[in-house]
Amino acid sequence: MTDSCCVIVGASHAGGQLAVSLRQQGWQGRILVIGEEPYLPYNRPPLSKTFLSGQKQVNDLLIRPQAQYEKVGIEFLLGQNVTVIDRVQKKVILSGGDEISYGKLALATGARVRTLEILGSTLKGVLYLRDIGDVEKIRQHIGPGKKAVIVGGGYIGLETAAMLRQLNLDVTLLESADRILNRITAPELSAFYARVHEEEGVRIETSVSITEFAGDTHVSEVKCQDGSMYPADLVIVGIGVLPNTELAETAELKTSNGILVDGNCLTNDPDIVAAGDCTSHFNAFYDRQLRLECVQNAMDQAKAAAATLCGKPNQYNALPWFWSDQYDLKLQIAGLSNDFDELVLRGDPESGRKIAAFYYRSGKVIAVDAVNSPQEFMIGKQIISRELEVDKRKLSDPAVAMKSLIV
Amino acid sequence: MPVITYISADGAINDIEVESGSSVMQGAVDSMIDGIVAECGGSCSCATCHCYVDDAWQDKVPAASEMEKDMLECVLEPEPNSRLSCQINITDDLDGLVVRLPKSQF
Repeated sequence: MTDSCCVIVGASHAGGQLAVSLRQQGWQGRILVIGEEPYLPYNRPPLSKTFLSGQKQVNDLLIRPQAQYEKVGIEFLLGQNVTVIDRVQKKVILSGGDEISYGKLALATGARVRTLEILGSTLKGVLYLRDIGDVEKIRQHIGPGKKAVIVGGGYIGLETAAMLRQLNLDVTLLESADRILNRITAPELSAFYARVHEEEGVRIETSVSITEFAGDTHVSEVKCQDGSMYPADLVIVGIGVLPNTELAETAELKTSNGILVDGNCLTNDPDIVAAGDCTSHFNAFYDRQLRLECVQNAMDQAKAAAATLCGKPNQYNALPWFWSDQYDLKLQIAGLSNDFDELVLRGDPESGRKIAAFYYRSGKVIAVDAVNSPQEFMIGKQIISRELEVDKRKLSDPAVAMKSLIV
Repeated sequence: MPVITYISADGAINDIEVESGSSVMQGAVDSMIDGIVAECGGSCSCATCHCYVDDAWQDKVPAASEMEKDMLECVLEPEPNSRLSCQINITDDLDGLVVRLPKSQF
């Protein structure tokens, strides 16, 4: 079986890793990766950071150069859309009508931005941030002293706000909830991040309901329900993503907020695997369905999917982790903190730029947010994955070394 | 172009040409060497590109930042010559550098 053609839809982080892992695990046949964007798989995290600032160029983002893929016989078809999967005849059809047969198929279709559909949302200068093209557009609109309004106080919004401030734009961030990061962190961490952003000169407004982007052809103002108005030379909307599941759905693969996969990244078709942001899997540790949006999940699922296709199934069972760089804050997150019932803070959120938060549920640590606290992150990962019990009083005391807590 | 020698935990030896300006991590990722995971793509966030720098090269490799040192203390099987390979930038002076890779990255 491993001498047939494997077609991978999506030249994403997951798609690229899947191709490489297939070769590493002994896939003998052709490997063809089809991508919508004109680029080889690239690192997305720098988009809102060093690529936005212009420090990095497209070539710096590529995970591997073309020559390395060629060396191991991984082919790419870029700037192409797959519109149909024919599971009976085992082929995919491209938007131009070309058909490509597969022995095995892998879906790494990723996610797309959730858009804000209000009056004026098609005006020039109303922008999103997901891929290289998006950031190239943003780069055309920025400059010192320009007024940027960021819609959404999640990580993308905050990272973008941080970078635009560093580029000397005038930055206002509007959040619909009553605090930034409200879906993902404890109120204490939200307050910490709000304080730092304000110290850096970002104006943050919460509980804001935006009703209109106003302007002639180009956005000039953001209008809100309470009558408030914010002048804007550009608006960047960062209100989350939606999984790209339509292709799978029309092929009657099972989906539910993501393409459903088992622990081996198999879909309900034994010849089709899926990996990355587009999937939903049951996670035993958190005891629920999860659709993760992170590099770690993209890479680990890609490896598990490749192992499955090579006939060496190896259950995907990794602790999710994330990171976010803003100003001089390096945030490292292990695990998922939703539904926590107790919080242990290590450090003072009201001053300084270093803090760690340990989230508990039913007496077990389920997540850690560590800001400029790498040991809290590293040891926290072990506490979570090995389900270790630690003394909460010591955990809350920055003077007690993290390593001493788990010996 | 500088040549870096990667020795995997199972003893496999790979001599790889890595451009100046790249990193020890990127050289391994480009060549699909299994022992380096590098989830964060080189931003010193994940510690999944841990390696051991050969003793003969210890003094020629620039020192680790405080952030990197903190993370290295907590990797599996830390040694005095432990480094995060994403933080070692390749220069012509590092031609011939030898690094060993750990059994697993965590």
